[in-house]
Amino acid sequence: MNIFARTMNTPWLVKKAQTHSPCLAPLWVLVVWCCLITPGWAGQAQPLAQDPVLEQRMVDIAQELRCLVCQNESLASSHADLAEDLRREVRTLLQQGKSDEDIKAYLVARYGDFVLYRPQVKPMTWVLWFGPLVAMLLGIIGLVVYLKRGQSKAAQAGPQPLSEAERARLDVLMKDGRGL
Amino acid sequence: MKRRFFLIPLVLFLGLLIFLALGLRHDPREIPSPLINKAAPAFDLPTLSSDQHFKPSDYLGRVWMFNVWATWCVACQAEHPVLVAFAKSSGLPIVGLSYKEIQPQDEEKAPLSFEAKLTLARLRSRVWLGRHGDPYQLSVLDLDGKVGIDYGVYGVPETYLIDPEGVIRYKHIGPMSSEILANEVLPLARTLQKGS
Repeated sequence: MNIFARTMNTPWLVKKAQTHSPCLAPLWVLVVWCCLITPGWAGQAQPLAQDPVLEQRMVDIAQELRCLVCQNESLASSHADLAEDLRREVRTLLQQGKSDEDIKAYLVARYGDFVLYRPQVKPMTWVLWFGPLVAMLLGIIGLVVYLKRGQSKAAQAGPQPLSEAERARLDVLMKDGRGL
Repeated sequence: MKRRFFLIPLVLFLGLLIFLALGLRHDPREIPSPLINKAAPAFDLPTLSSDQHFKPSDYLGRVWMFNVWATWCVACQAEHPVLVAFAKSSGLPIVGLSYKEIQPQDEEKAPLSFEAKLTLARLRSRVWLGRHGDPYQLSVLDLDGKVGIDYGVYGVPETYLIDPEGVIRYKHIGPMSSEILANEVLPLARTLQKGS
């Protein structure tokens, strides 16, 4: 909040904003405020690998992998020490010219299918992959059967004849003309 | 017939309940290791006490326990007395893997050379073992954690049991208890030793 207050009081900034349009002033403040903040973050960021293409591939692979320490984070986003080590390992393997599949296989061999956010389709994972689909199909089939059965029952029964009491009441209503 | 239809959602609900209850009892942190019944990954690392190196193949022909530890690891400290007592009573050889003894904060002021890391790790580990007791036949130093990755280590402590053929037969994640050692590890170690 302190930074914000200081920015608001910066004379040159307000002046510049006013020369453009008074309603743009808050926007300018925001822009400059963001610029003031980012250098602080940059200092903490990890240095990128020399090869940005390779770094991007590493991130792409790491996003498909689960961090084992903070299990709801991907390997790409985790700050855990082990995640850092594993990212370094992925980088090294990429530099050796390994394919994405090779790298995933390397990690699965050590940590199991658990590291994959999208585990391979194999008998062990059939329930995981097809379970929801099967459950939905069963539900739809059940619903269709239930509705069909109700329909045919209603069709078979047809309109029911009125009972004596109902007929008597109907007659009364028809005579009075109040039923219309 | 109609009454039975009403039971279907109830049965489904109970099924779901049982499924979820089982899920609650299952600890997601205990990831089954794919390394069980596979050959222990090879390495060649310096030991804590001397410049001699140790390879898993050095221990072919005997059953041994491989315990991942570090002086910075709080859970290891809790586990340690159990290991010290077990090493004395069972006679099962325990090899320690000193995992990433040098932490990033050690290099906060200035990066350390490999030699400096080795010296610091040895010094610190020896002091720690001197204070808490040394259950290990020997300990190897995995400074960069690469051997840890090969063994699928994701939290310290972890413990493996390796058979005379050099195959991993058992893995325990987290601190060892004397119950697990007595009821699971020791009987398994005995059968493995007999089988060879």
